[in-house]
Parts: sequence; C-alpha cells; structure tokens
Amino acid sequence: MTISRRKLITTGLAAAAGATGLGVMDRLARSYGLIPPDSGGVFGPGETLTYAAQRLLTRHSMAREFSRSQISPKPFPNALAPPTDAFKLLQAGGFRDWQLVVDGLVERPTVFSLADLRSIGVRSQITEVVCEEGWSYVAEWIGTPLSAVLRETGLKPEARFAMYRSYERGWWDSIDLGDAQHPQTFLTMGMNDGDLPVPFGGPLRLRVPRQLGYKSVKFVNHITVADSMKKFGSGQGSPGPDYGYSWYAGI
Amino acid sequence: MTTRHSALLRVTHWLTFVAFAALLVTGIELIISHPRFYWGETGNSGTTPLFRIPIPSSRDTVPSGYNYVLPDQNGWSRSMHFEAAWILVITALVYGIYGVTSGHFKRNLFPVSGQRSWQAYWAVMRKYLRRAPPGDEQSYNPLQRLAYLAVIFILFPMMIWTGLALSPSFNAAMPWFVGVLGGRQSARTLHFFFTILLVIFFVVHVTMVAMGGFWRRMRAMTIGGASAGEEESA
Repeated sequence: MTISRRKLITTGLAAAAGATGLGVMDRLARSYGLIPPDSGGVFGPGETLTYAAQRLLTRHSMAREFSRSQISPKPFPNALAPPTDAFKLLQAGGFRDWQLVVDGLVERPTVFSLADLRSIGVRSQITEVVCEEGWSYVAEWIGTPLSAVLRETGLKPEARFAMYRSYERGWWDSIDLGDAQHPQTFLTMGMNDGDLPVPFGGPLRLRVPRQLGYKSVKFVNHITVADSMKKFGSGQGSPGPDYGYSWYAGI
Repeated sequence: MTTRHSALLRVTHWLTFVAFAALLVTGIELIISHPRFYWGETGNSGTTPLFRIPIPSSRDTVPSGYNYVLPDQNGWSRSMHFEAAWILVITALVYGIYGVTSGHFKRNLFPVSGQRSWQAYWAVMRKYLRRAPPGDEQSYNPLQRLAYLAVIFILFPMMIWTGLALSPSFNAAMPWFVGVLGGRQSARTLHFFFTILLVIFFVVHVTMVAMGGFWRRMRAMTIGGASAGEEESA
C-alpha cells in the first residue's frame, strides 16, 4: 500500500492543527484554573476532565442542606490514630491553647486561637459527610467560614490554593481558592449543638461539604496559602494521589 | 455470509467493552470497601442496611462478620473507575450522534413495523427455546432489538445518572438529580442494581453470540467478513 503525498500532507496538517488545538486548550484551561495538581500520570486525563467539568458546572453551587429532622441519630466516626501525649495535654486544657497558624501568600500571617475564630463569626450548616467507601451521615456543623478567616488575613493576588495540615503528623491536603472561599467551607468547632468531639475531628476540622469526607481533614492547626502545589509533598496537591486517590474529590 | 459492521460501530463497541470491564472490576473493588447497601439519604456501619453482601471488607470499620480484612484497592480503583466512566460517556456520545444521523437506530434497532407485537417476540423466543439453528438474517430480530434498546436507552443512561448522583459536587449543582432517586444511599443501591442488570445482559449477549457462531460474529465486529458495502447486520 502506498501513501500518497497529498494524504501525507493532509495528515501532517491535521496532526499539527490537533496539537496546536490541544496546546491552546491547555493554556485556556490553565488560565481558568481547570487543571488539577494531579493532572499527570495514567489517571491524569480522567482527573482533569472531572475537575474541569465540575468547575465549569458547579463553581458557585451550594452543597445540599438538610432539615434538622434529617440529622443522623448515629453519625459514624472513622478510625483514628491514638492521640499523642501533647494532644491529650491540649485536650485536658479544653483546647484553650489550640492554635491555627495561617501563613503563606496572605497579607497578614496570623495565629488564631479557637476563641479568635469564634469572634470572627460563627455559622452553622446541616450537611452530609460522604465517605469514599460509600457510607454517609448528616450532621449540623458549627464553625467559622474559612472565607471570613481569609478576609481577616488578606490574600495576595497570586494566591491559588489553601494547603491545610493536621495536628496528626503527615496528614495534609489542599483545595483551590474557589473551595477555600466557598461559603460552606467551615473551620468547624461544633457538631449537633455541642463541641466537635475528638473522633469527629475536634477541636478543629476543615469541612469541605462539596467534596468527599477525606478532604475534611481533622485536627487542623496550620493553613498555608500558596500559588502552586508543586513544592508540597510529591507536588500533586495532597498525599492522596500517591495512593491513587484524586486530589479533587467532588466526585 | 455475515457482513461487517461499520467502522464506527466496531470501534465504539470495543471501547464500550473495555470501559465496561474496567468499571465492573473497579466497581467490585469499591463495593468491597463497604459491602452494605442502604435506602434513603444516609447509611453507615452504625445503621441497619437494606441488605449486605456476605463477603469480608477491605476496611476494618465495617462489621462484615469476618475477622479478617481484605487488601484495600480503593485508590487506583476509584481513579480508574472515573477515567473509564469518561471513556464510556464520550464513546456513548459519539455512538449516539452516529446512531441518530446515520439512521442506525431507526434502521437496525427500533422494532420494524409489523414486529411490534407479543406474537413477534414470542415467535423469536420459541425459536431460541427450540434452539433452532440461526437463520441467515441480515438484521437484528425483534428480541435483539428490544434488548439492545433497553441497554442503550435505559441501562447505560441509568448507570450514568445514578453514578453522577453519587458526586457531592454535582449534587450541589443539581439537587433534584439525587432527590428523585430517594437520596444518596438509594442512588448507590440503584447503581448496584443496574450493574447487575448490565452483567445479566453481558452474559446473555456473549452466550447468544457463541450460539449464533462465535467466530463469524467476532469477525463481523472486528476485522473480517468485509463486504463491498460494509452493511450492518446481525
């Protein structure tokens, strides 16, 4: 079989146009924040399609809120590592000495106590915790919207991600600024009208109700605002992608 | 002689098969992490399930009744599940547009007039039950048409619907999507039921192909048996 010169040229032109088209799409997607930090690797195309599609469709949508009567009588706390002595000491003091550091690309890096956070303003929401395993429960969550805390500290123009760490070593994650500034993203201190119990992440848990439960990291004590997630861990936004778990867990 | 399916049908058929296989295997892995099913909005290890699959779990927080825990494969399974779902959805879009514009749906799948009756279905069923040798039909019989229509227009769309209803972000944008299904856990349970229906179709489909002349039909869906016109047929 011979390939005619005309066919070769047409194929070449089509391939070049396709590559340029992909290049343009990639640049557009990047400038609109549609490429997740874990866009590389075998599952990168799937992650990117999911993140881009959901950002285009659901950027400003609100997680479903439920009525008080729908609150689960039996919420389910996931297994936890045993608390360290230092944590027990903080717990014995009623977490009065718990500190949340907010630094990175903020105008005024600040250390907040739980009382400081409360004074910024407390709100509540009745939303569902959805575990990647498949189970779920509904609870009332009481806390300070992260957006209000970030207004206190101010954001530098190049800020794009909020990276958050747990008191439990090695446990951290990140969300884009869209989720960080979403009105339902709470630094949660209370649950169902009481203090947030330790098994559920007390004294401070970042609730991200539009994403799966594993993004709602427990015992949060440090938030770093960043322009890129490349410099943290393996550069994929969280430790999850190293084990196959999507950075973006809105699915 | 069986003629070959059009190139687009052959490509989309096998892409669908690959995506379906990946979704099925990873879906089973995901179920193993919580082999309990609920009805309504919520459900967890502390509540009563609608039913449970009597297998051990890959997570030690699940009361499976077994005192050992299976290897946890959720990480890559989740990522592959969603990537395969994208392949399936994009393939389905291409196939759907082709099906409408080329007349494939109308010509080959919608029941022919005069065959939209119980008698017509029963006639084919009797033929199957007698295990009569397949004729040299140049098109799908009424039962095949019905099965393919159900898979293409009911089962796969419902799989996509119940799957999307499990996305907390998508539900935020379209709460009715999960609402009409009766809640999040109902959506998960329905996703499982529709999987079973698809697996039943798959088993019957492969059995029928085998009974009707496996290699002849495989050639028609792959590389062989090309005719001048590349007509579509059974």
